[in-house]
Amino acid sequence: MIMLVRKLPWLIGTLLAVSFFTFMLVGLLPGDPAVLILGAGVSPEAIVALRLEMGLDRPLLIRYLDWLGSALTGDLGRSPMTGELVMDAILERLPVTVQLGLMAIVIALVMAIPLAMLSASFAGSKLDRVISGIGFALMSVPGFMMAIFLILIFAVTLGWFPSTGWIPFSVSPLDNLRNALLPALSLAMIELALYMRLLRTDLIDTLQQDYITLARAKGMPSWRILTRHALRPSSFSLLTVVGLQLGGVISGAIIVEEIFALPGVGRLLYQSILQRDLLMVQGIVLFIATAYVLVNFVVDLCYSLLDPRVRYAG
Amino acid sequence: MPAKKHPKIESRAQNFARALQQVFGRGFGPGFWLAVFWLAIVAFCAMFADWLPLRDPLDPVIANRLDGPLSGSLLGADGLGRDIFSRLVHGARVSVVIGLTAVTIGMIVGGALGIIAGYFRGHFERALMAVLDVILAFPWLVLLLALVAFIGQSLFAISIAIGFLWIPAYARVARANTLSVVQREYVLAAKAMGASTTRILVREVLPNVILPLLAYGLVAMGLVIIVESALAFLGLSVEAPQPTWGGMISEGKRHLATAVHVALIPSVTMFLTVLSLNFVGDRLRSRFDVKESNL
Repeated sequence: MIMLVRKLPWLIGTLLAVSFFTFMLVGLLPGDPAVLILGAGVSPEAIVALRLEMGLDRPLLIRYLDWLGSALTGDLGRSPMTGELVMDAILERLPVTVQLGLMAIVIALVMAIPLAMLSASFAGSKLDRVISGIGFALMSVPGFMMAIFLILIFAVTLGWFPSTGWIPFSVSPLDNLRNALLPALSLAMIELALYMRLLRTDLIDTLQQDYITLARAKGMPSWRILTRHALRPSSFSLLTVVGLQLGGVISGAIIVEEIFALPGVGRLLYQSILQRDLLMVQGIVLFIATAYVLVNFVVDLCYSLLDPRVRYAG
Repeated sequence: MPAKKHPKIESRAQNFARALQQVFGRGFGPGFWLAVFWLAIVAFCAMFADWLPLRDPLDPVIANRLDGPLSGSLLGADGLGRDIFSRLVHGARVSVVIGLTAVTIGMIVGGALGIIAGYFRGHFERALMAVLDVILAFPWLVLLLALVAFIGQSLFAISIAIGFLWIPAYARVARANTLSVVQREYVLAAKAMGASTTRILVREVLPNVILPLLAYGLVAMGLVIIVESALAFLGLSVEAPQPTWGGMISEGKRHLATAVHVALIPSVTMFLTVLSLNFVGDRLRSRFDVKESNL
């Protein structure tokens, strides 16, 4: 609780800065938004009218405060291109991206934890070298390349999974998972390598602590030492990395959603950038960055709740 | 037991394992030199692409459409009948130029900010760290897409946009290193002798901070190549018709069912390049760390 109160001003400050940065980034894009929307060759009067309607004649700072004010009430404006409310458009596509991201993180963790445990308990062995080598190679493969090869193997050659498309979970849970597996897997592979590398180093460190030697001396079986004593302290740093890597997952989701034609937030952002739908871009960027900051804030809090060392030191 | 000792009697398999260990271990084994060799080839291609006896990378020969490797030309042709080998060589130029420029921009700007923050501390340091936190609050591709929309798609603009992404990382590394260097005796000695702040920064701090920054550079370059290719894959890197590896993979994606090589060849090329950069960078960095711990 004390932690929460102490960190709250920092959170609010960061969010304010993030929103301002988002506004400036998109607000400074070259070209008059009014001209972009109406297209070239429209009468100057029409452009002036739209500029007035959009409030483009007012100072930047006022426009920012105005925009922030309505953003706080959940109103990110209405896209002039599609006529959709920006917030509705995001919320409608959010479940796809969240499901994709969660599946990717879970898959990555499920694979990374046992592999890292194997690697760390036999550190320096052939097995460790092979596992670390694979992790090293995986880190040199961009997400889109992974996606293409998963499509090639599992969709084109074997035909087990569809290569594009999305079926909502509520319509058919099984088909939904079939459609989501390949995209999630392509995202998971990069995360897997990062998690594995970190957890391995961390575990090797932990395994050299005195209390592990004591547990060994007690005659505790190795696998129990690993799961009960070694994994717990390492899981905190893993949690932090999962939180920080969320940015990577979101970035990957943009590409993966585009490749697999999934109706998610990432694809919406990409399409909006191509169409120069500034209001939509602004809204999505703000939404993503805010979510990212909030999630990491919660991770930070969990960290101090779960780990007594941080709680008392802080 | 954290580390297992080698058994005394070694079977053939163990011998092999030890050979592998030497490759991946302390010394610069054959793997390292193989990676360096590959990088040298890529760099050579990037530099002399225009003068090598290659087919025109932009010339579509309809008769060659989707030709497989070794049928007429070395690596075949893509969906428009353009020569893949020639496009690879020309595409290397984009990757290498953007890799070098972006890392240099990140290193110089981020490094300078980090050193200044680490040396003077105080308000500047706090403000800088806060700004970096804000930049890091944006997923890299989101930030990059917005930046590219802002400054355009020329080779230079893309380099600047990707270089900007690297400023926070470099600033952090430089600051952390500066913090530890500033506490060393030689900095105190320089201060005691009345050296000016500029002199201390340039002559004492910079040489000791620049090595870890450079060691980080190769791995960063690998990542920059990945980032650029992702951008190219989305069609937002250097504008067509200039060939890029990411663009080639994107083009090959359409022919996955009929002509795998169109996507496979640029993918493998890029993978090998990034892997080599990571490998060489990692080796050099651990070499460097050893030196530092001996000091």
